[in-house]
Amino acid sequence: MLRRFRLDEPESVKEASEILGRFGESAKIYAGGTELLLAMKEGLVHYERLVNIKKLGLNHVRRDNGVIKIGALCTHRQLETAPELQNSLPAFVKLEQYVANVRVRQVGTIGGNLCFAEPHADPGTLLMAVEAKMVAEKSSSKREIAAADFFVDAYETCLEADEVLTEIQVPAPAANSAIAYLKFGYLERPSVGVAVALALNDGKKTIGDIKIAVGCAGPAPKRVAEAEAMLKGKGADEAARNLPRAGEVAGRAAQAISDLHGSQEYKEHIVGVLLKRAFHSALSRC
Amino acid sequence: MSKAMSRRLDAQIIPVSFTLNGRLQEIEVEPHELLLDVVRERLGLTGAKRSCDVEVCGACTLLVDGRPVSACTTLAFEVRGRSVLTIEGLAENGKLHPLQDAFIEHGGFQCGFCTPGMILAAKALLDEIPNPTEDELKHFMHGNLCRCTGYKKIIESIMAAAKKMRRA
Repeated sequence: MLRRFRLDEPESVKEASEILGRFGESAKIYAGGTELLLAMKEGLVHYERLVNIKKLGLNHVRRDNGVIKIGALCTHRQLETAPELQNSLPAFVKLEQYVANVRVRQVGTIGGNLCFAEPHADPGTLLMAVEAKMVAEKSSSKREIAAADFFVDAYETCLEADEVLTEIQVPAPAANSAIAYLKFGYLERPSVGVAVALALNDGKKTIGDIKIAVGCAGPAPKRVAEAEAMLKGKGADEAARNLPRAGEVAGRAAQAISDLHGSQEYKEHIVGVLLKRAFHSALSRC
Repeated sequence: MSKAMSRRLDAQIIPVSFTLNGRLQEIEVEPHELLLDVVRERLGLTGAKRSCDVEVCGACTLLVDGRPVSACTTLAFEVRGRSVLTIEGLAENGKLHPLQDAFIEHGGFQCGFCTPGMILAAKALLDEIPNPTEDELKHFMHGNLCRCTGYKKIIESIMAAAKKMRRA
């Protein structure tokens, strides 16, 4: 059962930010509600006001000067079917197709997913590997936050109380590059997620650039620079030989927690397995 | 005490005008009221079931503008200006929908608790993809759980209905 709350329905980001600023911790942004309402129904959190931001629009997907801009209120459903993403970010489209189930995808938003920062979620990990930026606005200012800085802890982002996430910006992938996101889990939510963004150099002989992020296993998604360094600049064969070691590093970096989804050791192992598969998957599509 | 009488005097009331099973419905809700409670308790349509209450099982599936949602976790005010279909609205003029016929004919249910959600989700699937492959069907339906039996009969029922609906 939900306890009573008041509903605000601002028509602009400025108005939303002002309400959030005025009521502080007693107010919360409400978009799709697929995560928030569950926590409220369980009585884990209560807010005196919910600020429904769905009148703000913010459901665009467009390409602008080499940047793919995704409105924070796009639902998972919109993203899995967005024609603008089919060619430019197929790995992201595939990720979206497998978020939760068809009903959650219908109403859950990408912005809500990121802001709620539930550890067992997919998009943040991939967005970190592609060095996405989160655009946060309040009544008087606007800032861009690197995906790597966005997640602070489980259920915690760096957003200020009166900031609204309005857009996610993804650099359009370069030539000879590909992204892979793989997840594993036998419960409703993913237990481990690994994202690899890989670019070959001009001659397609060596790994020109690689970015690795791991998520779900620990409190928040993490970039793993140490594992990236073991693969970057290497030929495909040498990189493949280094993968087991990179997987161990990535497993430790995941800060895996033992819980219902599996033991820490188990999740660390799965990180290594998924890293290997994601690497080869991305490499084969470069 | 009735729900209306138990309301606080300072309660925020939201008028909600929407189409329910093809008919205009005008009600007033408070912000925290859930669609499932409104449909079951206030409007008397008990086909949608509360089961997991966390958007996992699909027993509370309703179609809003033709798309499946978990009514257990949908605020009732969200259906303002929209069209809601419950299992009670699926048969037309006393004639069962081909999906309902197919579930009977192919034994697509045992206890029946998941069936309203299964059939509505399947309707959304077939409205979007009239000729689904079995993989497409499984992907779409994977969030609707049956705890009596396996899913073979359910899949057979939906496939049979799809065939029949394409012929019609």
